[in-house]
Amino acid sequence: MATTAEKSAADTATAPLNRKDFVTPNDVRWCPGCGDYAILNSLQRTFPELGVPRENFVVISGIGCSSRFPYYMNTYGFHTIHGRAPAVATGVKIANPDLSVWIVTGDGDGLSIGGNHLMHLLRRNLDCTVLLFNNRIYGLTKGQYSPTSPEGTRTKTTPTGSVDHPINPLLFALGAEATFIARTVDNNPKHMVEVFKAAHQHKGVSFVEIFQNCVIFNDATWDPVYSKETRDEQMLFLETGKPLRFGKDKSKGIRLNGLVPEVVDAASVPESELLVHQPDHPSPLYSQILATMGMPDFPTPVGVIRRIERPTYENQIHGQVNEAKAKRGDLTIQQLLHGSSTWTVE
Amino acid sequence: MTPTTRGFRELKAVVVRFAGDSGDGMQVVGERFTDTSVTVPNAIATFPDYPAEIRAPVGTIAGVSAFQVHFGSINVLTPGDEPDALVAMNPAALAVHLSDLAERGLLIANTAAFNEENLKMAGYAANPLDDPELRKKYDVIAVDITGLAVEALKDSTLSHRDKLRTKNFLALGFTYWVYGRPLEPTMAFIHAKWGTKAPEVADANIRVLKAGYFLGETMEHTRNRYMVARAEVEPGTYRKISGNDAIALGLIAGARKAGRDLLYSGYPITPASSILEALAAYKHCGVKTVQAEDEIAAIGVAIGASFAGGIGVTGTSGPGICLKSEFMGLAVSTELPLVIIDVQRGGPSTGLPTKTEQSDLLQALHGRHGESPLPVVAANSPSDCFHAAFEAVRIALEYSTPVVLLTDGYLANGSEPWKLPDEDSLPTIDKPFADPSQPYVTFARDPETLARTQAIPGQPGLEHRIGGLEKDGKGGISYDPDNHAEMTRLRAAKVEAVAKSLPLLNVNGDKTGKLLVIGWGGTHGAITTAVETLRTEGYEVSSTNLRYLNPLPADLEGLLKGFDRVLVPELNSGQLSMILRSRYLVDAIPMNKIMGRPFKVSEIRNRIVELLNA
Repeated sequence: MATTAEKSAADTATAPLNRKDFVTPNDVRWCPGCGDYAILNSLQRTFPELGVPRENFVVISGIGCSSRFPYYMNTYGFHTIHGRAPAVATGVKIANPDLSVWIVTGDGDGLSIGGNHLMHLLRRNLDCTVLLFNNRIYGLTKGQYSPTSPEGTRTKTTPTGSVDHPINPLLFALGAEATFIARTVDNNPKHMVEVFKAAHQHKGVSFVEIFQNCVIFNDATWDPVYSKETRDEQMLFLETGKPLRFGKDKSKGIRLNGLVPEVVDAASVPESELLVHQPDHPSPLYSQILATMGMPDFPTPVGVIRRIERPTYENQIHGQVNEAKAKRGDLTIQQLLHGSSTWTVE
Repeated sequence: MTPTTRGFRELKAVVVRFAGDSGDGMQVVGERFTDTSVTVPNAIATFPDYPAEIRAPVGTIAGVSAFQVHFGSINVLTPGDEPDALVAMNPAALAVHLSDLAERGLLIANTAAFNEENLKMAGYAANPLDDPELRKKYDVIAVDITGLAVEALKDSTLSHRDKLRTKNFLALGFTYWVYGRPLEPTMAFIHAKWGTKAPEVADANIRVLKAGYFLGETMEHTRNRYMVARAEVEPGTYRKISGNDAIALGLIAGARKAGRDLLYSGYPITPASSILEALAAYKHCGVKTVQAEDEIAAIGVAIGASFAGGIGVTGTSGPGICLKSEFMGLAVSTELPLVIIDVQRGGPSTGLPTKTEQSDLLQALHGRHGESPLPVVAANSPSDCFHAAFEAVRIALEYSTPVVLLTDGYLANGSEPWKLPDEDSLPTIDKPFADPSQPYVTFARDPETLARTQAIPGQPGLEHRIGGLEKDGKGGISYDPDNHAEMTRLRAAKVEAVAKSLPLLNVNGDKTGKLLVIGWGGTHGAITTAVETLRTEGYEVSSTNLRYLNPLPADLEGLLKGFDRVLVPELNSGQLSMILRSRYLVDAIPMNKIMGRPFKVSEIRNRIVELLNA
């Protein structure tokens, strides 16, 4: 049972898969211009490259616009209930660890109604990938503020502005000690595919926040970060082993001043003073610095923030079962019924 | 009561209740008395009754913990109405339980605990043991149980505190003497438990146990002893089993017979937790267990396991069943096999966590959003929980549906001897997955059962999507009005189709007559005992117990119509009686008790006599 998905791919290798193998005949029913289309496209481009047979993919979602995702992926799929995809995914993965399990959720589904389940999925380190589409709004219910909406967001339920302090998805994942934490954006398909592949390769839970645009209820919410005009100054593309540099011509860098980061002119400080990206940094403090960087004082990091190793939940469950079987031996039903203490009446 | 030789009076059945503070070890000695009696063999039924607080303040009414054991040479189906003997380790235990003690019953009281402070906490102005009325009414043995235990250990190296803790074994030893029980099974238990770990503790407990027994011998000439003869029991291999342990075994056996991996997922809640605990110890049998983050996740994990080709089971009690209802709707809509166990307890809300009730029947039948019918099965005794759990697994798989299994706190914690079934007597559950050589249609149905066939992740070529949105027969999302009406009809028809697979009702007595007493679940023992006795006295009364609450058995209507009157005893305000009235238009007479305790046989008996003599 502990064979990897890659291995079973080799066993059943037939014609190589391509993007079209993952397209369903269903009409895609997101609003025209929705960021979800680009994410769907990127995932359909990613899956054929992972070396996993199509029948071993399972896409599981909760409720919301993003959660319609399984219907558009030609794999096994389960559109479950609001916020609870992590629970179903946990059962699927324990029942069959060979499966490649993908959870699709949103900021409301994953961090509001499903916050508890997501937290426990992350800390248990179930080997699966969580794609959290963050558009900072409730779309399917027509435009109420979400747990990631900034304070003051005016919606139909907050006509005078929301008073809720928003949750930072990356900090949430870090707090739950997720072993893989990444961020990508819906307007950069190449980056999405890279991050999805890295997430898949990680053995353990992979949490990916995707900045996603809701064209109807929260249009251009991420433009200050990722529009053509702003992205050079506002986005920091993380590369393992490379110094943290951004800006036009990579002219700026990030340096630590005590425990806090500061933006420096890269030309005027020695490169050795710049922070070097180390996703497996032993201290979560480094990941926290990245997770909290953003507007207005800092660029917003994208890429793999954190990647560490820890035993997976399903492997440990199967490990205990196998160990118990080896130690005590399996029982027939009759032996099982007997238990430890019986008596016989003649 | 026939006098016999050697100073024993022979009785057909006896009820002993051990009561004390929750730290006094009453559950331990109750279990020991039970284990000793099953090996005689006697017929046995037990009823542990403990507080919701783990350690309520010592000496208080709230902290009283009790264990009742009913043993007999005749068939014993309930833990007994009123104790023939009461062991009261402190005044609070006496205050709580004395009113239940049978007239002229044996009262064993630990005088050491009847001090001013304890008496005050129990609400006594004066020591009740000094009351001459008490001695007129009961056969009172007031002894310094604590003092005698400490005295027996005067040479022991144990601390004084540890010496005090052995007092429950003194009380146990004395009751063994009264009822002529052997000491060996308890000594073997003590050896197994402490023999290697703490030999001085094992030694002390055995010395105190014997001291209790010898205490009886030294007062022999003044005391009655009672003998309960061997019960005439069917030959076979037996074990003692509680309801929750029986569920664990029934689930494993069901999964085995179906060739599916069992995944049980739960969240700690009284009194369902011990199912999760029991199954967690069966890893060597391939059982996977998950202690989920909450009740909702627990059922979600189980659904995931079923979707991936295993059999997922979750269990809960009280408010937990409400938390699961959203996911139950998803399982109904996606038509996945799943078992949801509800160990009912007193409600609403936190209610009476450790007390029994049958008040979730309507919740199980109807407590979901939308039209979402599912089969409901109920267990009727601790050992029957095995068969009910097996049956729940069978229906879930054969009909691709979630199934609710109802038990209650009384069945979960109670135990009885169980004649082990033969493995070959258990049916094979045959529900293959979809054939990959054929095109897969998500909701293609078996013409007989109306069940859909599952294709599971990992099966090439059968990739498909399921979910809570309404689907058409092919599995596509559909908002079509006619389709919704048809799918709603099919989901209900599938559950109704289960009725064709059900055995005929088991009727205790004639199949027509003046009065039918109909119950479900854990009231079986009390109803059967009352009806059997009344029949031997010439009363024209019959009874039946419903294993299946949904669908109701096809022969139920005919049975109901064959009787002049129908009495429905339930531990709720009349939930089954409402169903029977609305479904069959019978003038069912409700009989209800909502006190967190099971029916007494006498309560049911009196009501039957009242109705038949009216």
